[in-house]
Amino acid sequence: MSDTLLKTIFGRLGWESFPVHEPILLGTFFVVVLLGLAVVGATTYFRLWRYLWKEWFTSVDHKKIGIMYIILAIIMLLRGFADALMMRAQQAIAFGANEGYLNAHHYDQIFTAHGTIMIFFVAIPLVVGIVNFVMPLQIGARDVAFPFLNNLSFWLTVAGAILTMVSLFVGEFARTGWLSYAPLAGIAYSPDTGVDYYLWSLQIAGVGTTLSAINMVATVIKMRAPGMTMMKLPVFTWTALCSNVLAIAIFPALTAAFFLLMLDRYVGTNFFTNDLGGAPMMYWNMVWIWGHPEVYVLVLPAFGIYSEITSTFSGKRLFGYSSMVYATVVITILAYLVWLHHFFTMGAGPGVNSFFGIATMVISIPTGAKIFNWLFTMYRGNIRFELPMMWVVAFMLTFVVGGMTGVLLAIPPADFVLHNSLFLVAHFHNTIIGGVVFGLFAAMVYWFPKAFGFKLDPFWGKVAFWGWVVGYWIAWTPIYVVGLMGTVRRVHHFDDPSFQPYFVIAAFGAVIILVGILGFVMSIVMGFVRREQLRDVTGDPWDGRTLEWSTSSPPPPYNFAFTPVVHDLDAWYDMKARGYERPMSGFRPIHMPKNTGAGVILAGLSLTLGFGMVWYMWWLAALSFVGLLVVAVGHTFNLHRDYFIPADKVAATEGARPRLLGMGA
Amino acid sequence: MKRASGLLLAALSLLLGGCDMVTMNPTGDIALQQRNLILFSVGVMLLIIVPVMVLTVLFAYRYRWSNPHKIYDPTFDHSTKLELVIWSCPLLIIIALSAVTWTSTHLLDPFRPLDRIAPGKPVTADMKPLNVQAVALDWKWLFIYPDLGIATVNELALPVDTPVRFAITSSDQFNTFYAPTLAGMIYAMPTMRSELNAVLNKPGESWGYSGNYTGRGYSDMRFKLRGFESADFDRWTAEVRASGANLDQGKLIELVKPSEKAPVMKFAAAEPGLFDRVLNRCVEPGQPCMVDVMRHDMQRGGGDPNDPHMGSGMPPGREAEPLTGDKPKPALEKAPEEKGVGPNVTAPAHGH
Repeated sequence: MSDTLLKTIFGRLGWESFPVHEPILLGTFFVVVLLGLAVVGATTYFRLWRYLWKEWFTSVDHKKIGIMYIILAIIMLLRGFADALMMRAQQAIAFGANEGYLNAHHYDQIFTAHGTIMIFFVAIPLVVGIVNFVMPLQIGARDVAFPFLNNLSFWLTVAGAILTMVSLFVGEFARTGWLSYAPLAGIAYSPDTGVDYYLWSLQIAGVGTTLSAINMVATVIKMRAPGMTMMKLPVFTWTALCSNVLAIAIFPALTAAFFLLMLDRYVGTNFFTNDLGGAPMMYWNMVWIWGHPEVYVLVLPAFGIYSEITSTFSGKRLFGYSSMVYATVVITILAYLVWLHHFFTMGAGPGVNSFFGIATMVISIPTGAKIFNWLFTMYRGNIRFELPMMWVVAFMLTFVVGGMTGVLLAIPPADFVLHNSLFLVAHFHNTIIGGVVFGLFAAMVYWFPKAFGFKLDPFWGKVAFWGWVVGYWIAWTPIYVVGLMGTVRRVHHFDDPSFQPYFVIAAFGAVIILVGILGFVMSIVMGFVRREQLRDVTGDPWDGRTLEWSTSSPPPPYNFAFTPVVHDLDAWYDMKARGYERPMSGFRPIHMPKNTGAGVILAGLSLTLGFGMVWYMWWLAALSFVGLLVVAVGHTFNLHRDYFIPADKVAATEGARPRLLGMGA
Repeated sequence: MKRASGLLLAALSLLLGGCDMVTMNPTGDIALQQRNLILFSVGVMLLIIVPVMVLTVLFAYRYRWSNPHKIYDPTFDHSTKLELVIWSCPLLIIIALSAVTWTSTHLLDPFRPLDRIAPGKPVTADMKPLNVQAVALDWKWLFIYPDLGIATVNELALPVDTPVRFAITSSDQFNTFYAPTLAGMIYAMPTMRSELNAVLNKPGESWGYSGNYTGRGYSDMRFKLRGFESADFDRWTAEVRASGANLDQGKLIELVKPSEKAPVMKFAAAEPGLFDRVLNRCVEPGQPCMVDVMRHDMQRGGGDPNDPHMGSGMPPGREAEPLTGDKPKPALEKAPEEKGVGPNVTAPAHGH
């Protein structure tokens, strides 16, 4: 076959695109293939394909979609953390004559992949998953506003994640850092497949995130139970609302920045090139207009989680509910006004820098108020130190330090010393691990019994807790120190041997965090093994206060047989106090959305579209694009989208659930 | 418990004693002021951070489930007095820090000429600042001393107690000129000129870095920062002048090409105007300089906002040849044979 024909069919995909010469990747590849075969084999052996397709993949049930988001995030966490361990190992050994075991080419892909995966495919899916699962239950709804859209959002996120993972074995990932700054990410300096993989993965996943945010906002606005006014909204739902309002506003900026960079790379425009009037700085501004509020997209729901848990385990109403709500809204608004602090050192001038510096500091006022609110929720409480509450206390002690270094970095002249150093890297890991990750783990432990009907194994849960908390401090304190010693980020080799002890300690800390991650996986496994002892029959295992605890664990597909009526902020606590009895008769048929495979198909086509564009297989991209249009339009003609759960089936489901045990106890 | 924490403290001080936190122990007056600002703000913030941490532990301990001697008040969810404290304490701290931020950002603006070389030593009229042009290349630092007519690569020597005025740019990538002991950092960007005013107060050697990732040679893109007493600086200048090598346009073209772990180079004579060539992206002969292109466009009426035919004088769009640089072919314009092969990780592609 002629070369032209081959290139037309396969684009730039050739034998060299496969890592047959890379021992690390080859080993990884075989492990992945073996694991994949094992999973496929087991699924086939136990005849689960049909069940998975009918009950999960095509499901529009917000609870199942939430759980799938979380599973995706945990799988991607393992990948992102493997990258972290490789970086820590490289930096611990690569001193002087020792170049370490990773060359720059490989190392640069690893830190890019680590950041990209941890933010886009771990933190975002975890937050979206938890909001998806919890928020509709908290507002007494049967599903989200647009159930099919929810399924599509999830699968688009999966498609993005798969495309990122494919780059591990076919071609390569970007070597440009997690935001792929122009001009480095332009085709002049990064002609390889890496940046294309990066752009297409994130564009596809980004569409999913944007759609999901629209969906969640519509759900909170339109689908609250009767009586639940905005000021009776559970705090977690408030934070979920603000987080998703932020996401709707910022993701288009990122999409536009990536789209313009794509035009530069594919069509030859000059938006972000050095020559011909391009303005790379514009790219930095656009990605950070997304990037800074994104931090709050992640951390606001975490703040909501801490609020729910503190109140539940202190056995008290949340202190200062309205000030908490105002603080959340203020943070939402201010989040848009601070992006420039990511590049004070570009020299925008003292007026601009002071404005953005002070705006950034102002955010710490509502954040500080929140911390005090949690503190005074604990005050005069009756605190049960179960796992979720332990995470909250660890968060408070860790996060304030990250907040302090953050305010420090917001002072432009201080930033002129610390920017782009490892001090900065330590700061954002301090806030993201101490603020977001701790909260997400707390949330998983807290709501796990609601999702599956049994608690996580407490012993392994404690292993996970101590692994993360101790590991965090051992891994990141030395990084703060080397940052103060003037070490910059993204370096794969050092000359000065006096840094080495710190990197060795940091690597040791990372291993302790690994123990924490494995402990968490074990707490799920052992929780499943011991599920009969850990079973929650009441639906309210923690003596909760919000509506999700009023239904069974796991909740039935329709969530609530009767839509609850809300009279008070802590609706379920209020119902319990009034001696609520679950109705056992008078059920009526329930109107529910029907499952559909359209989301999986659309996401699959997006994946092939992305793959075709990355590898310059224009025919594949064109075909996938036409396919996308046909399926999307075709789906609008599918009018069989709903069904009724008959009243006798509802009665049977409700009857099977034991009367509330330990009610009011 | 107590012994463990004692041990921990001892270990910590041992570790921290062994390290040289250059940012906390700088040799330049600007970096010193930045350091003092960092210490001051940390101190102010600890005023609120420490009580919060102490209260967290205290409340967590006192109000634990198993403590029978506590007051449990499940309805305590509001107190106007407490709310006032909660909001006003952070507010006061931020007001204080904002005032400091506003003044220090203006005083320590890198573009602002120095008004002192050390505490109590103002800049006098007879102190002539030393001009240094710093150029970030892939992946090395070029320093041109226009006043002295010399240039170096990856070594920056400065006389102590002399104000230095840096002009900073970059050939291709967004770099950061980072000299932690001297004055922190500022971006070095293609087609843009950054400035940094600084002064070194103590002789001695330290390192400077590129603080922004720029590709494969980035890790080794550092320079040695050497501070000399005035007589030693003259000796160093003489040494550079004796090196014999010249930096002209041809040499610059060679230097601009990507290279890793570049050794220290010294040039006895540097052709004037090379910095402006990099800044205007006309290092290669035949490339028009941006500043000329822009002037040209202005003269043809393209840039005058009051011209009713704005743009009428511009070259006619798509037919025109690009004015600068060889642009790589975008993906969609590539013929099948031009697609190349996307490799996996091994072999770093050389050049770009």
